[in-house]
Amino acid sequence: MRLPKPTRLRLYSQILFFTIFVWLLLCTEFRGSLRDSASEIRLPYPVGLFFQLDPLVALSNALAGHALYRGLLWCLLILVPTMFIGRFFCGWICPLGSIHHFFGSLKSERKRGKQLLESNRYKRWQTTKYYILAASVVAALLGTGIVGWIDPFSFLVRSLSMSVLPATNYGLQTALGLLEHSRLSFIRAVGGVLHFVSGSVLLSFKQPYFRQGIWLGLIFLFVLALNFRITRFWCRAICPLGALLGIVSRWSVLGLVKKPEHCNDCNRCLLRCQGGDDPVGGVPWHQPECHLCLNCVDECPERGLQFQFFPAQKTAGTNLQRRKVITGLAAGAALIPVMRSTPGFAAARHERLLRPPGSVDEEFFLSRCIRCGECMKVCPNNALQPASGEAGIEGLWTPVLVPRLGYCETSCVLCSQVCPTGAIWEITAKEKGWSVDVSSGIKPVRLGTAFYDRGRCLPWAMATDCIVCEEWCPTSPKAIYLRPAEVIDAAGNVKQVKQPYLDPSRCVGCGACEHACPVQDRPAVYVTSVGESRSRSNQILLNRRKA
Amino acid sequence: MTPKLLDVDANTLNRRDALIKLLRVAGASAGATGLAFWLSQHSIRPQAAVENAVKHGHTVPPSPTLPEMAIIHGEDPSLLARQAVEELGGMRRFVSRGDVVLVKPNIGWDRTPEQAANTNPDVVAAIVQQCLEVGAKRVIVTDVSCNEARRCFQRSGIAEAAQRVGAEVMLPDPSRFKDVDLQGEVVREWQVFEPFLNVDKVINLPIAKHHGLTGATLGMKNWYGMLGGQRNQLHQKIHESLVDLADFVRPTLTIIDCYRVLLRNGPTGGNLEDVAVKKMLVASTDPVAVDAYVANAIWNLGVDSLPYLQLAAKRGLGTYEFEKLRTQVKTLS
Repeated sequence: MRLPKPTRLRLYSQILFFTIFVWLLLCTEFRGSLRDSASEIRLPYPVGLFFQLDPLVALSNALAGHALYRGLLWCLLILVPTMFIGRFFCGWICPLGSIHHFFGSLKSERKRGKQLLESNRYKRWQTTKYYILAASVVAALLGTGIVGWIDPFSFLVRSLSMSVLPATNYGLQTALGLLEHSRLSFIRAVGGVLHFVSGSVLLSFKQPYFRQGIWLGLIFLFVLALNFRITRFWCRAICPLGALLGIVSRWSVLGLVKKPEHCNDCNRCLLRCQGGDDPVGGVPWHQPECHLCLNCVDECPERGLQFQFFPAQKTAGTNLQRRKVITGLAAGAALIPVMRSTPGFAAARHERLLRPPGSVDEEFFLSRCIRCGECMKVCPNNALQPASGEAGIEGLWTPVLVPRLGYCETSCVLCSQVCPTGAIWEITAKEKGWSVDVSSGIKPVRLGTAFYDRGRCLPWAMATDCIVCEEWCPTSPKAIYLRPAEVIDAAGNVKQVKQPYLDPSRCVGCGACEHACPVQDRPAVYVTSVGESRSRSNQILLNRRKA
Repeated sequence: MTPKLLDVDANTLNRRDALIKLLRVAGASAGATGLAFWLSQHSIRPQAAVENAVKHGHTVPPSPTLPEMAIIHGEDPSLLARQAVEELGGMRRFVSRGDVVLVKPNIGWDRTPEQAANTNPDVVAAIVQQCLEVGAKRVIVTDVSCNEARRCFQRSGIAEAAQRVGAEVMLPDPSRFKDVDLQGEVVREWQVFEPFLNVDKVINLPIAKHHGLTGATLGMKNWYGMLGGQRNQLHQKIHESLVDLADFVRPTLTIIDCYRVLLRNGPTGGNLEDVAVKKMLVASTDPVAVDAYVANAIWNLGVDSLPYLQLAAKRGLGTYEFEKLRTQVKTLS
């Protein structure tokens, strides 16, 4: 039996890892189990696997936190082999790379004949990614996780779970709804079967909604569309992980050997080149650019190209310009001071900057969070949303709790389970402390404090019974308490109603009251971040933290 | 068609082709005009469809001799449930062979059974089992939870317990709500979870809990759990809305779980210190009497504190004078 062609093997590997990636992403959702009554709910699969394999995330995390968060050690599985053999990860494993590979190999008017060959030659602008990497490394060193804006997994997970999957869910639900409400019983039956099949893996229990979804989706589409002009433009010019892997593979012992005596300058090796690393004759091979896709070896009609260990031929390196490296470093160093010298970092923190339970203090949070959106994807109440302005420019796409959309579920800690970097530190439901025995003495994790807008509250302003907020308040004793009051309604009648008050020493800031308030558009009770347990300064009460 | 030399009209179509072309464009424009006129005559203000033909009431005929209410004390929740139904004449009296039965426990909150915010899972399982034993075709167990439904169904232990004995556990799928005219005084058009609309029998299986607004939440309050939409408005007319819903459903049987009772900080609770283990179950065919009895027995609340009982009696749903009912009290050893 003969082994399949190496390029075939590569394709299988890409399909395998892409499938694992998508499956894990779809599993990043609490689907519930009717067969299990375990009271502690955790996701059964290591859904953050690809983040843990990502050396760039580990590097950023190590620089920002001077340590590696649980699981990030796995990145050695990628890093060490890359040192020996080069960027096999980009060509064989990376799911975003595989998507680019696919779109890059579609026919395009912009890449025909000569143009295609030319577009696949090494270009000076491919060094851009190294400068981006330099800037993000310095930025990470100075304490920010913004590398997540362009880390390939953060980018992919964020785009898919905040835009592509919710849109797919909406479209599918609508289509299934049409089928299932058809007048023909046959079509209804087909709809029912399709619903069952897609419901078990793809569909969400509730339609997820994400603000900025359209922008995240458009950015994703734009990056994909770049492939129609230049194959894998993202991988060649932007991806900081590719840059990192390119640099560490500088001394790799595997290399492409060109046999000049075989070469007749047909240039076919350029046809399907992924990295733009010049496998052609007459110029040196750009080793750090190569994704080890093996297309050139496959394509060469004269068998003039082959990969071998310890090649003697001279290769070109990363080809960096000192001036641009310094510019990159300077830009990275300037980013933090520029982004942080805003009032948001002084006393005027945004009142609605409600972070998920377990989050570390804002400064550490911004340095660890890679804006990947895993927490937002997993939140069963769709409560976590990508920040737009709440956390400043630097905090763009970091998670914030939006109680009107969803409150923080009492016993749920899934966001802290999936966070790959410890921005949301892993906690248990018991440590969260929202529904435990008071005698346990556990200090609850607080996200903020609720306040009443008495001008909009029914028993306060409209002589009407309500107190849904008190009903929903999950702490025990309840943070919202009631006092009977006599009020006079519009007709002049004296009425007895119960008016709600808030005890800030008990409130955990979950937002259930705000979520349940019947004043739909601007609730009469709302949560702001003051009193959040992660912050020492953002407090109201002198002694609540001791309580 | 080859243009003829020296023909001045070489650039113009001949008559036949011109006519065809004219006919085509005339036909298309006539069609568009006709369609536009037809559509303009069918313009009505858009309105959501409302379902009217729904089953109203699920009661069985009263018996002149059997007890109307059963109060059972004992250690084992599933034995309590079994005995309570037995005293009222057995499940065979309430469920016929081939019936589709809906069992409505309270699965409202993300709490464990010990916290007593949801109905005891053993009680649910025992009732489901009895329905199946007397030949029910399907037994549906469902609720429209307040907290995240999947967590409530799982952590309450009810989904697992009910499924184990053969019930169909239905999560409140957001796409399966229907606008229904409930024909109440304050609750009229409202979203109702579909399974509630076309079953033969409905068994109400609430848990007795403290409630901030009314003092206690008992059987009738459990019907909030069949609604979708903005049900947080119902508190504004809580007594009237409770009666409207109870009038709409008219359950076959009401069994109030008082095994563990949340005495304070209801209906969510959380703190085990607020839970009293009463080891009691109260079942009745009269949804008003059973609420009145439990409110009195556990919180010492009279009819004056729970005006909905009077409203319900006035509406003919039952009597709040539970003392007048034929009652069977039993303690299981």
